[in-house]
Amino acid sequence: MAENVTPRVRAPREASVGEVVSVRTLISHPMESGMRRDGDGNVIPRSIINRFVCTFNGEVVVDVTMEPSIATNPYFQFEAKVMESGTFNFTWYDDDGSVYEDSSDITVS
Amino acid sequence: MSLTRREFVGTSLTSAAAFAAFPSMSFAATADEAIAAYTGGAATSDAGITLIAPEIAENGNTVQIEVSAPGAEEIIMFAAGNPNPNVATFKFGPMSGSQAATTRIRLAGEQDVIAIAKMPDGSFLKAVSNVKVTIGGCGG
Amino acid sequence: MTGQTKRAVAAMALLAFSASSLALWADEDADLVVNGEIEMIVRTEAPAHLDGALRTIYSGWVFRQDDTQAMQMDDFDNPGMLFAEQGQELFNTAMGANGESCASCHANAEDLTRVRATYPKWDEAHGAVQTVEMQVQECQTESMGMAEAWGQNSQEMLNMTAYIASIGRGQVIDVAIDGPAQATWEAGKEIYYTRYGQLELSCANCHEQNYGNYIRADHLSQGQINGFPTYRLKNARLNGTHNRFRGCIRDTRGETFAIGSDEFIALELYVASRGNGLTVEGPSVRN
Ligand code: HEC
Ligand code: HEC
Repeated sequence: MAENVTPRVRAPREASVGEVVSVRTLISHPMESGMRRDGDGNVIPRSIINRFVCTFNGEVVVDVTMEPSIATNPYFQFEAKVMESGTFNFTWYDDDGSVYEDSSDITVS
Repeated sequence: MSLTRREFVGTSLTSAAAFAAFPSMSFAATADEAIAAYTGGAATSDAGITLIAPEIAENGNTVQIEVSAPGAEEIIMFAAGNPNPNVATFKFGPMSGSQAATTRIRLAGEQDVIAIAKMPDGSFLKAVSNVKVTIGGCGG
Repeated sequence: MTGQTKRAVAAMALLAFSASSLALWADEDADLVVNGEIEMIVRTEAPAHLDGALRTIYSGWVFRQDDTQAMQMDDFDNPGMLFAEQGQELFNTAMGANGESCASCHANAEDLTRVRATYPKWDEAHGAVQTVEMQVQECQTESMGMAEAWGQNSQEMLNMTAYIASIGRGQVIDVAIDGPAQATWEAGKEIYYTRYGQLELSCANCHEQNYGNYIRADHLSQGQINGFPTYRLKNARLNGTHNRFRGCIRDTRGETFAIGSDEFIALELYVASRGNGLTVEGPSVRN
């Protein structure tokens, strides 16, 4: 199981109606590809985050399916269009069943 | 000693490093097969999609890639030279502000990075970018 | 030409130092401002003790490719900051027999702002030069009642040193090399100019005589340590100073010293002093 997984998100706190805002996310995770071997020659089992979803007020901004080719400490940047104040929710799904969550509020005027 | 850029790069690029996430190269499926499976073999256009990748990546373990295809429903990304060529699929929802995304990926050596966008009318767009990967043999 | 120099020259030819300018991917004239507010000194006049061996000293940041440089310009893009944050959590976590956290005694973390810029440093009580890692270990075993301190190269220690460096970012490095530290500094200087390994290369052969050139595909820096611990793209984790020294000596196909050894403590002091005038960048991003 991945230890010390820390999600981080950055989205603006304020925006005007209809503005397209940039959102960035970073999470500490080894993204073990399942193709490496340890010192004894045994395959280190795959252990990655396989999905990331960002929603705004419950509706999807982006839903990403992730494979072992995503680098350690996965990073994403994308844009959302905000029509009203609300909350971004961010969810990462680990192979081991763990779910990591974060959120960020934005005031739209 | 003076080498032209091309010669120098040519002699100094190799694929697998000790730290690489993919030391053994057994190809499960080729990128071509994966792409064909995704598009159902449909023809792809190269207009309306942009893929930004470095020409030379300083290290294949962390390479920043940006892709954009205005109006796309989904963008799927492949690394043609990786053991598993699939990298990620971005599905854009109603709240997306653009059909664009940036991420950091692993590349096991020089290869093509490929992005395919699926458009609402069922057509597909494709962009390819070759990335050379330097192997820092030095400095631990 | 002595036999020794001849062999060194042969080794260099083997490694193919090249001046070919991959101008495309390294902007040596760029300036580093982190988060649009922390202004770093990435090039400045070399300290007097270098006696003209270098005219200008440069942070390793200037030799990196644009993409790598950009990752260090914003804390969000710098994955090393994730680990500095984990270090900050550790700083506030109780550990050891007395149930104290670092913050119990160092309530104001700002008091540690100058630490990264002034270490390794002479410690009067121990009569020796101490690295930041040694000082943390000392606090753990002598003040906090921990039976065993964190290992010098453990993840906890790397996270903590990343945190301590991060609060000192932008501070000008000013490591003392005189007084009681002088003997250690001289020992470090000796190591810096000693040729190691089958390739018979010294630190100076690569980082003093060939910085700015390419060795295989690597753009050689001056081997400064103002950016430590560094988040390396190569292994996607924090890397400590001694670990990097070890890798560099191993690349000469030489027997290397141990992490935390007296030799590496002396070398760290000497290499740190070669950067007097640059600014603290840790955790930096390197290839
Ligand atoms: C019980 C009190 C106490 C605790 C707890 C403690 N320290 Fe200290 N620390 C000290 C004292 C006293 C000094 C100064 C003594 C010296 O320089 O040897 C010091 C010095 C330091 C210094 C050097 C400061 C300088 O300006 O040179 C650092 C860095 C440091 N501590 C880090 C830590 C960390 C990290 C922790 C938690 C793992 C910690 N300390 C826990 C008492 C403590
Ligand atoms: C064979 C050439 C070579 C030798 C000899 C060598 N290094 Fe390096 N070193 C490199 C390369 C290549 C790098 C990676 C590119 C760079 O940052 O210069 C590097 C990186 C470093 C870095 C990281 C710099 C940064 O900005 O993060 C440090 C510190 C360093 N070396 C110190 C040393 C020390 C101390 C010695 C002597 C014990 C030494 N090196 C010997 C080739 C060498």
